[in-house]
Amino acid sequence: MSLKGKGAVTGIGETDYMRASPKDAFELQIEASLKAIADAGLSPRDIDGIIPIGITGAPAEAFVTNFGIPDLRFSAITPLGGASGIAALQAAVAAISAGICNHVLIPSGRNVSSGARAGVRIHQMPQFHLVTEFEYPLGAISPAQLYAPMARRHMELYGTTSRQFAEVAIAMREHAILHGNAVMKKPITVEDHQNSRMITDPFRLLDCSLESDGGAALVVSAAERARDMRQPVVEILGVAEGHPDSPSSITQRPDITRLGIAKAAPKAFGMAGVTPEDIQVAEIYDCFTYIVICQLEDMGFCKKGEGGAFVEGGRLRLGGALPTNTHGGLLSQAHMLGMNHIVELVRQLRGQGGRTQVADARLGLATGYGDLGDGALTIMARA
Amino acid sequence: MAAKPEPHETELSRPYWDAARKGVLLIQKCANCGKLRHYPQLVCDRCHSLGVEWVEASGKGEVHSWTVAHHVFHPGFAGEVPYALVTVDLAEGVRALGRLEGMEAGALRLGFPVEAGFHVEENGTPVLRFRPAGTRRNDR
Repeated sequence: MSLKGKGAVTGIGETDYMRASPKDAFELQIEASLKAIADAGLSPRDIDGIIPIGITGAPAEAFVTNFGIPDLRFSAITPLGGASGIAALQAAVAAISAGICNHVLIPSGRNVSSGARAGVRIHQMPQFHLVTEFEYPLGAISPAQLYAPMARRHMELYGTTSRQFAEVAIAMREHAILHGNAVMKKPITVEDHQNSRMITDPFRLLDCSLESDGGAALVVSAAERARDMRQPVVEILGVAEGHPDSPSSITQRPDITRLGIAKAAPKAFGMAGVTPEDIQVAEIYDCFTYIVICQLEDMGFCKKGEGGAFVEGGRLRLGGALPTNTHGGLLSQAHMLGMNHIVELVRQLRGQGGRTQVADARLGLATGYGDLGDGALTIMARA
Repeated sequence: MAAKPEPHETELSRPYWDAARKGVLLIQKCANCGKLRHYPQLVCDRCHSLGVEWVEASGKGEVHSWTVAHHVFHPGFAGEVPYALVTVDLAEGVRALGRLEGMEAGALRLGFPVEAGFHVEENGTPVLRFRPAGTRRNDR
């Protein structure tokens, strides 16, 4: 049984994104969730499945208690870091298609001042104990330092340049400014990127995503049922997760320029019955500029090694051939573990994209990337 | 100066750290099929045997990739930036991550020949270091 077209995102909700929110992570999750449920035209009591996202995700019980949910039929956790949201879509559609439940809430929200900084959390997670034991004491402290060798090798093998990384950062910033609900609002140039502080070579400050506060949530329902609900129907045509070789150590990975999404992409595109050429809008997980380039290759938008050239010439900007991260992404909107990417994709396909709306967007994708290379990909379409 | 993070050894990895403190780089070898593996794991991913031996690595390898930290990610390293971390293909077919010494990171390239050594920090932590091949000195 294929999950193609079985599920739809029927509700989306986001808080304002900012630094130093006065609200704690749970309040942000509740606020985004209530917005998503209202957006779907449902009552909080209609939710009968919950998949909380991220290590600061409140447990399902907290939602049951606060929402007065009478009969929670399904709960799960998808531990793929920034790919968790799309992996949760897969789990939600599977559960709904199997008749287990009807409306799955996928809530997320974080307040980095309360200790959820992406930069330190790997060392708190048991699946990465070998990195903590063998690499942390060397001074390999941050994900930036674990991912930078992937980018460096790509540059050495294929001639990818820091100025090509800048193309990604500039496109995200342009979109964030237009979008409005974004942390970063000052335009940047290639020179700004090149002059920004080196963090860990080859990543400069403007190659790195934000630490920000906010919440984002989704409601997933059966596509059949979505037709009678409040919003234009956005169907999940394809969805898959992929785990890289050597998932708990990048150092030991045979090919460090290949991410988990390379395994997910053929499954998701195959399920949807479309190819990269068909995609009109893309929301690509962008914890670092290079990770966007690598995913474009791993999904088949171009060949391995050609991603740097692919993003040149404004291809990712509005008006380009592949408008990408029309919300500004993790680089310029907010770091919502990729949940903001899914919200934005749905908004685009509904035609509710506002000033960053891609004209006539009917088919698009969102990706997730997490931890040490987990990947996930969903392809959605307006019905 | 703030304390640096120390490795939390496990039963599985203790032979590695005991040897490292003596300046010796050990890697696991499957007692059944002979496959070498690193970092330490309980089970051989080829034959699924739990039997394990430890063998001394030659320390010779080639640079697979690298990064140079400029930002102070941890106060314990504040006095060391910029410092380079090198990912090395060891001659035995496994990889290791170590600190670069004895050369400028700007001269690195893929395949650059290096050799391993350990430097024992004041806190007792043996830190794996890679130098250009042929320049090894004993600093146990």
